[in-house]
Amino acid sequence: MSTGDHERTHESNRERERERERERNADATFGDDYGGQYVPEALMPALQELEDAYERYVLENEDGFMDEFHERMRDFGGRPTPLQRADRLSERYDREIYLKREDLLHGGAHKLNNALGQVLLAKYMGKERIIAETGAGQHGTATAMAAAHLDMPCEIYMGRTDINRQRPNVYRMRMNGAEVNPVTAGSGTLKEAINETMRDWATTVEHTHYVIGSIVGPHPFPKLVRDFQSVIGDEIREQIREEAGRLPDSVVACAGGGSNTMGTFHAFVRDDDVDLYAVEAGGSSLEIDAEEGLAPNSATLSTGTDGVLHGAMTKLLQSEEGQIVESHSVSAGLDYAGVGPELAHLVETGRVTPVNVDDDAALNGFHRLSNLEGIIPALESSHALGYLERAAGTAADTSSGQRPRDEHTDELGDLVVVNVSGRGDKDLETVLEETEKRDLEAAPDVEVFDA
Amino acid sequence: MSDAVTENEYDSDVEAAIRENHPALITYITAGDPSLEDTKEYVEALDRGGSDLIELGLPFSEPIAEGPTIQAAINRALAAGTTPEGFFELVDDLETEAPLLVMTYYNMILQYGGSEAPRASDGRAAKPRDKPEVRPFVERAAGAGLSGIIVPDLPAEEAGPLRAACDDHGLDLVFIIAPTTEGQRLDDIMSQVSGFAYVQARLGTTGARANVSSATHESLARLEEYDVPKAVGFGVSEGDHAAEIVEAGADGVIVGSALVDIIAEHGSDTGAAAERLEAKAAELKRGARRGADSLTVDGEDAPEPEQP
Repeated sequence: MSTGDHERTHESNRERERERERERNADATFGDDYGGQYVPEALMPALQELEDAYERYVLENEDGFMDEFHERMRDFGGRPTPLQRADRLSERYDREIYLKREDLLHGGAHKLNNALGQVLLAKYMGKERIIAETGAGQHGTATAMAAAHLDMPCEIYMGRTDINRQRPNVYRMRMNGAEVNPVTAGSGTLKEAINETMRDWATTVEHTHYVIGSIVGPHPFPKLVRDFQSVIGDEIREQIREEAGRLPDSVVACAGGGSNTMGTFHAFVRDDDVDLYAVEAGGSSLEIDAEEGLAPNSATLSTGTDGVLHGAMTKLLQSEEGQIVESHSVSAGLDYAGVGPELAHLVETGRVTPVNVDDDAALNGFHRLSNLEGIIPALESSHALGYLERAAGTAADTSSGQRPRDEHTDELGDLVVVNVSGRGDKDLETVLEETEKRDLEAAPDVEVFDA
Repeated sequence: MSDAVTENEYDSDVEAAIRENHPALITYITAGDPSLEDTKEYVEALDRGGSDLIELGLPFSEPIAEGPTIQAAINRALAAGTTPEGFFELVDDLETEAPLLVMTYYNMILQYGGSEAPRASDGRAAKPRDKPEVRPFVERAAGAGLSGIIVPDLPAEEAGPLRAACDDHGLDLVFIIAPTTEGQRLDDIMSQVSGFAYVQARLGTTGARANVSSATHESLARLEEYDVPKAVGFGVSEGDHAAEIVEAGADGVIVGSALVDIIAEHGSDTGAAAERLEAKAAELKRGARRGADSLTVDGEDAPEPEQP
């Protein structure tokens, strides 16, 4: 076959592949049930407009949209981020541990991938205003940065409680020119912020784009956000092949709403030999107190039940009557009673294994990475590191002799990639406070802080 | 009125209530605000005041379509311990002239009757059946004598299962028409109107407003060609609004937040609140009638009244 024939065959294969991908992506659900568009009628035309824009600009690269996205993520965002071998962790766990350094992305977390993608998309769609919700403030700061970068007016909704516990991020948003609207309803956290942003959008939908911060919400948001975030896994794939000559045995990422999780996993979903672990926040307990409407965790994939929240059918922390309960985690960014419908689907089919670690294990993970590798991770990412310790950790621990091993211990394999979704500077206050309350094995001497 | 005639002439109680009492007054309050006992008195007061249909809100913790007034009512109802079962027991007890509809969010419908497990108070997480199901809710609603369901977060595209269950039990599933609903979607939704078309007067959330939006007039003009009962809600708070909206071509007006405000103002003084609710309903109904009268009297400027 001549080179030309070969190229043509290759081209038509790619075309068929793209066609199949388009059909899958036009579906509003993952599997039969998860996802959908459970929103007020007023928003339906905007979702259809967004579906159309998603298809044309993101899937088909119309007007070179994706080229511009990648170019800006390189110049403004600092992509690609490194995949770094963690020498001490590799020694400690007696296997190859690689860290995907999303903490090095501009803004200090993976959030910019999605925020920049959506603000740019809004511009291509001719929208004039950006709104977004934020929990910990990471998505809000990323959206504010992207909006400033692309010269779009921007308003962020943030729960009153979160504003109080994440003040530096509030200032960062203000510095970048965004309005920050406090939301006082309910517990004043992410769930209420999303409610309020949806209400704004239902009023201003004709000229405003809602930059949702995770792979949650009505179709096409879960797919759109995943596609902007999937640059993480695409890079890992290429980098690990170069570094280790093969694909990893397992990939570990923390999961709240799930944007860094799906961003990391998406490139590997079809590689059956690569195990995918979504690490949720076990908080202080996995039990729900339905009478108080409280879940002292946000382990939605592990313990949640099916229902509809914020536009999608997914797994939820809810009472048996259907009221959504208040979740809790030491990490504000994981503190959400829902989860992306695609993750719910992948857990249901067994492709993704949901696990969870409690606040203590996450804090230990935070201290261990800081201390051993010189990387201060976000408390969200610290859950992934906490899980790594539980699943793989005994090799280096001679003091206690042995420690309970997780059932997945041997399944993690010899080559493991952990996504460090963000850096922990934002969490220092929380970590100091929470560390003083506890006796954490990996924490440095607290007296250092007292001095 | 005769039931036999109703059944022959109209598709449902809900449609009959609007057509026969044209121009109709549809009122909304949140069940359980501030308690289910109070709600019973308030519903009866609204019925006496001239409501032709009454919507009862079953509170859900994440009411994304509501403005601050109804959000606060929902919070009060939830704080008072309002449950779906308590709601249905209230409806079991109610005897009103006006047919009753339930307004709630889709998750409440999905989760109803899902658990045979011990009650939540034992501290365990809910473990409903594998997949949530809409039928137990619809069956219970029909059993309680409700005539229809309105679900603000369920667009027509996702309504298949609930619509089928409602059809089986003779309930209307009322769809909302937004100012942004146009073209093919508008045709599709108008072709499957059940009970009446709930015309959202303006973009945004529920809440009493000082005037009738221009979007209302535009919407009613856009919907003129469809021969289905149209009722306008979102922002309607006064008799004059009702008059203006009916004059613009609506078959009914829907009022919620203005009534919830009355309930909130009176707190525990149930008697006083009930009196004012009755009076408010009467004012709104008079306003609607005024609007209809001006159409027949002022024949030269106004379009012909609709048949019959």
